[in-house]
Amino acid sequence: MTLVRVDRRQALATLAASLLAPVTVRAAESDPSMKPPSALYLQARTVLANGREIRTARVTLDLPRLAENGNSVTLKIDVASPMTAADHVRTIHILSEQNPIATIGRFHLTPRAGRAFVSTSVRLATTQNVHAIAEMSDGSLWEAQAESVVLIAACIDGG
Amino acid sequence: MRPARIVVPETAKVGEIVEIKALIQHPMVTGHTAAGANTEPRDIIHTLTVTYDGAEIFRADFMPGIAANPYVAFTTVATVTGDIVFTWTDDKSEVTTAARTLRVP
Amino acid sequence: MKGWRTGLAIGLALAVWRSSPGLAEEASPSLHPATEYLSTGMKAEQADLARNRGMLWVDQGAALWRQAQGVAGKACADCHGEAEASMRGVAARYPAVDATSNRLLNLEGRINQCRTTRQQAQALAYESNELLGLTAFIAYQSRGLPVNVATGGPAQPYVEAGRKLWNERQGQLNLACAQCHEAKAGHKLRGDTISSGVGTGYPVYRLEWQGMGSLHRRLRACQLGVRAIQFDQGAPEYLALELYLASRAAGLPIETPALRR
Repeated sequence: MTLVRVDRRQALATLAASLLAPVTVRAAESDPSMKPPSALYLQARTVLANGREIRTARVTLDLPRLAENGNSVTLKIDVASPMTAADHVRTIHILSEQNPIATIGRFHLTPRAGRAFVSTSVRLATTQNVHAIAEMSDGSLWEAQAESVVLIAACIDGG
Repeated sequence: MRPARIVVPETAKVGEIVEIKALIQHPMVTGHTAAGANTEPRDIIHTLTVTYDGAEIFRADFMPGIAANPYVAFTTVATVTGDIVFTWTDDKSEVTTAARTLRVP
Repeated sequence: MKGWRTGLAIGLALAVWRSSPGLAEEASPSLHPATEYLSTGMKAEQADLARNRGMLWVDQGAALWRQAQGVAGKACADCHGEAEASMRGVAARYPAVDATSNRLLNLEGRINQCRTTRQQAQALAYESNELLGLTAFIAYQSRGLPVNVATGGPAQPYVEAGRKLWNERQGQLNLACAQCHEAKAGHKLRGDTISSGVGTGYPVYRLEWQGMGSLHRRLRACQLGVRAIQFDQGAPEYLALELYLASRAAGLPIETPALRR
């Protein structure tokens, strides 16, 4: 029981600094503690681009800023597209910067969707950026990215 | 056949964009090996296809990063009264199908 | 590693608690279902039955309800009819003392008693998808109704046994349930909010489990957290605690299937 006999002030300070800080500080605009994108992610992105430019526009990625548990984080993706036979979103790719496998999923749409929209729940191994990349019928690529901070539970109970 | 749940509006007008939501019970075992741990081999639903009145309207490739008991939502334009049929296939080639009828009067 | 981190988190919580003497003795002003501590996203997911993954188990239970079981070849529906009518309000009254056996039964126990005696079928294993499904399906019929368990008469000794366990220090961390879930309910601990110990949403779909689980599974996880000896699911200790928790939660609405972290 040495754990509970530590100096109370010290324990409080530790609690405040190490436990509460990540929640409040990380919610700020930029996060200097963010790890750089994994090599796996960069490779998956290169393969997907296949020499094409990926432009940041037209895609909206709605991802919770704070995820209560990385096992399931629900996101929504919208792409500005008329969804006609001549001009539509063919595939929406979801890529993760830090998961053990960079590609989370691919969603193939047709003009019959009427609207370029998809929603799903994903696993996030840790706090990271998630990318939604839309591949259009003309072959152009568009993306949006968003950061999600994966919170740590009070008790890691293994239950 | 695994428990699955599809929610579509009962009726829609021709040309109306309707939202379709679906869930299926599946553990989506990632197969990742944590250090020192014995991990089950990967068993995930890898493909979902959706047809409406016989024609494919939506397809998804799932990777282990899709959460357990996969959820998906998308839209389609109501055209005729017809079945919206979901087919999920997993790594053990287990196939689950479920359908809902969209009435377009 | 996991155990160490749990110990650290709870140890620190204890250190904080000990720095404010007397708090544990104060009565909690009011109880809050853990739903209130969820993000707006998770709240919406729980409320939207097209997205609430607990409904997969509710649907499974609905199918089992109509399926003939055991030697008697009877389905639940053959005696109880439509659950929407016959089971409405039932979960709000459980756990309850069974008049014939004089034993305390929770919903899972009642389902299995019905299976073994009436359907002459094998009892369903605790935590099996079938038992979780039937329990969730029956509890779902009481969604929104206030918890209203009997606490007097034959139930009284069970309530007292549950209260004793709730207030008793246990495990290597020497913590009682009440020290966190009464004295510190609603406070932040790491990225989490400490619950009021209200079990009105069970069985719940818990993200940590990536699936559905019973209240007793949750209680086992708590006991592991304080490094106490865990009881088995369905153990008399947990049944008594379940009744005590329900008596504390009297008046709060049933939320099954709830979504939890």
